[in-house]
Amino acid sequence: MDRRQFFTNFVKNAGCSVSASLGPDFYTNAVFRTHENKEVRFYDDLIKGKHVVINFMYTRCEGSCPLTTANLVQAQKVLKNRIGRDIFIYSISLKPEEDDPVTLKKYAESYRTKPGWLFLTGRREDVDTLRFRLMTEHHPAIDLNIEQHTGMIRVINDANNRWFCSPSQASVETIVQAIRWAEPSKSLAERIRENAIIQAKIDKMQHQMLPTWLSSLNES
Amino acid sequence: MGAAAGAVTVLTSRKSVASAIMPPFQSAPTPPPPPEPSICTTFVGSPATRPFLQQLPIPTALQPTNLNPAPTLSANIAGGEAPRADHQRWNEFLPQKQYAIHTKPATVSFHPDLPTSYVWGFNGQVQGPTILEKYGEPVVVRFYNDLNANHTGPGVPEITVHMHNGHTASESDGFAGDYFGTGLFKDNHYANIYAGYDNSPQTLGDPNEAQYTYWYHDHRAMATAPNTYKGLAGMYWLFDSRDSGNENDTNPQALRLPSGYGVHDIPLEFSDKSFCPDGTLFMNPDGNVPEGDKWCINGAIQPFMRVNRRKYRFRFLNTGPSRTWTHALSDSSMPLTVISTDGNLLEHPVQVSSILHSVAERYDVIIDFSQRNIGDHIYLLNIDDDGHPQFVGEPSPTPLPPGVTIEQVTMRFDVVGDETDNSQVPSTLTTYPNISNIPIANTMTWDFIRKNNQPQGLNFQINGKTFDPNRSDHQVKKGTAEIWTIRNIASQSNWTHPVHIHFEEFRVLTRNGAPPTNPLETGRKDVIRMPPGNQVQLFLQFRDFTGRYLIHCHNMDHEDIFMMVRWDIVP
Repeated sequence: MDRRQFFTNFVKNAGCSVSASLGPDFYTNAVFRTHENKEVRFYDDLIKGKHVVINFMYTRCEGSCPLTTANLVQAQKVLKNRIGRDIFIYSISLKPEEDDPVTLKKYAESYRTKPGWLFLTGRREDVDTLRFRLMTEHHPAIDLNIEQHTGMIRVINDANNRWFCSPSQASVETIVQAIRWAEPSKSLAERIRENAIIQAKIDKMQHQMLPTWLSSLNES
Repeated sequence: MGAAAGAVTVLTSRKSVASAIMPPFQSAPTPPPPPEPSICTTFVGSPATRPFLQQLPIPTALQPTNLNPAPTLSANIAGGEAPRADHQRWNEFLPQKQYAIHTKPATVSFHPDLPTSYVWGFNGQVQGPTILEKYGEPVVVRFYNDLNANHTGPGVPEITVHMHNGHTASESDGFAGDYFGTGLFKDNHYANIYAGYDNSPQTLGDPNEAQYTYWYHDHRAMATAPNTYKGLAGMYWLFDSRDSGNENDTNPQALRLPSGYGVHDIPLEFSDKSFCPDGTLFMNPDGNVPEGDKWCINGAIQPFMRVNRRKYRFRFLNTGPSRTWTHALSDSSMPLTVISTDGNLLEHPVQVSSILHSVAERYDVIIDFSQRNIGDHIYLLNIDDDGHPQFVGEPSPTPLPPGVTIEQVTMRFDVVGDETDNSQVPSTLTTYPNISNIPIANTMTWDFIRKNNQPQGLNFQINGKTFDPNRSDHQVKKGTAEIWTIRNIASQSNWTHPVHIHFEEFRVLTRNGAPPTNPLETGRKDVIRMPPGNQVQLFLQFRDFTGRYLIHCHNMDHEDIFMMVRWDIVP
């Protein structure tokens, strides 16, 4: 089976669409249960029109999951009140059989996650479908390996269908940037105003090495 | 710090910009952009296309213009320029010409059998216009971002344009973190000086340091693959009194290689693409670009080119995003005479039967059709057989030589006539400066790691790190030389990485402990192919400018997952 066939097998025959969103045909409306034991449909309740951050994990994972969760906790702190308001975090269990809502709730509490961050469990086949569609590397050896899906954080804004990702162990600043990249563009006047602030900071640093993620200079 | 004195706006201080919102600068009226493309979530294979229906297109040669507002030493923020440090050595290398490139959406045809495709093009063209310039004549290129700010789907409408591998000051180098959005522009200052200019400014540098064949492309962090795949790539060629672009040159120094842009000196910009039935370029939702199943050259699928019975210079460029090509001719009696690797003349031409061509590499190749007959067809092939998606096409209308399949053919040369040929291929093309006496100030090792089946999962790392533009992983003192070791340790990685180092091209001292045996690695290069288990030692110099530069895997899908780190040249 070559890469393309493999990919195609997992992508529903949705054809070409002119709407911005990939819609429920792509994301599925699979039913998941949150760590607060609430039933949600994946596209309609979690994705539709929203700006979301998604990672795959399982509570007993001793590899990269704890680091990823810890990094997301830091990102949540940086983004403060935006999480739960216009940005949502979803952590989907790769081992739904052992991660029931109670287990996930304990896990969430141990990291003191805030509202707006949901831990999700569901049917294995639904988890697998989303795993392939959201994280796919289009390579059977990688896609079939659960461990390959714990190292990345996926960012999606369904409103403009903008996708980004971040290595889960990147700096918190990098992760936050990847999350912010999916925001809609600001107006030109707003960006020129921000650029003036950035430029003023660059001018002060002339002849020094610049921190170069320029938008990081825009944070007062 | 100079005031930003544009032709339209004169600023007394930057503070006034921050406090008073100026009316956005006026951009020229443009026709309405094409509608956003459809989103293709299903892909099985591109529609079949008939080979050799279209003549090889030649990208437009870009003409200079007068920029308004005029370019300035300091960023013209109020006029809509993106933030940047002041241009280094601006007054010393004051631009003698100005160019404007509008980065914008367009619909183009890659093949008459396919519907038109939504693309992003420099000046709306795929491939972008070619800039033809001379050493000793500094220029400024203003890159406008006219993309749709509300673009949906793969690709990010923010750009930072890297002129690969220009000897360019950091603020004009298209650093991956220096991207800017729609409605803004940025001036890239290209001094067009030989590397090591400061060693002999009285002679304007050493012509033996010349590099001639460059290309430019978007380098936006995490979006280089989709943005470049959508079309944001073009070429930039330099000439000088030696490689003068004139085969009739009477100057005894002139090489008199086959000349004439698009006449006997031909860009061949390779890309592999996949098309949905409605013409939309296929990408994954995250902007990851699978290898394509259509061979495109200069934006045309399987074109043909009429040639006369004489020599031609072809400048092969692999614009990526990820495929490696293996070029060969269908007539094995005709050699590929390589004169230049990554834009650097080889000391002596090398005849080969095939060229392994990684992303971003350039090979200047002389093909001599003088021994062919009028009416002959010669096919340029991609003989790579790596099991990746292969070309989907109709049978050839002209009989292919035994053993050649239409899936291998990237283009066809049709020998149609006779023509005077005053060009030559000298047996000595250049002499490299002696590097054996240059003191080595430091050494550095870069490990390119792609771990399969490791708990860390999907991470492409350099020295265990991924890209953070605010972190500099190595500092080099300006004007010094270093030896860098690049390793792709087999136990940690089973993927090949074409590694690119910005700023100055390198010499390969050793590959796997011995001097390179591949004749195409004996010259100067700026991309080095790193299969698993390989280790190379490179000699590099860092002259004339300071700032932030990059080392990264030029497989753009790898680069977009941040197999890229920053290093700095410090005063």
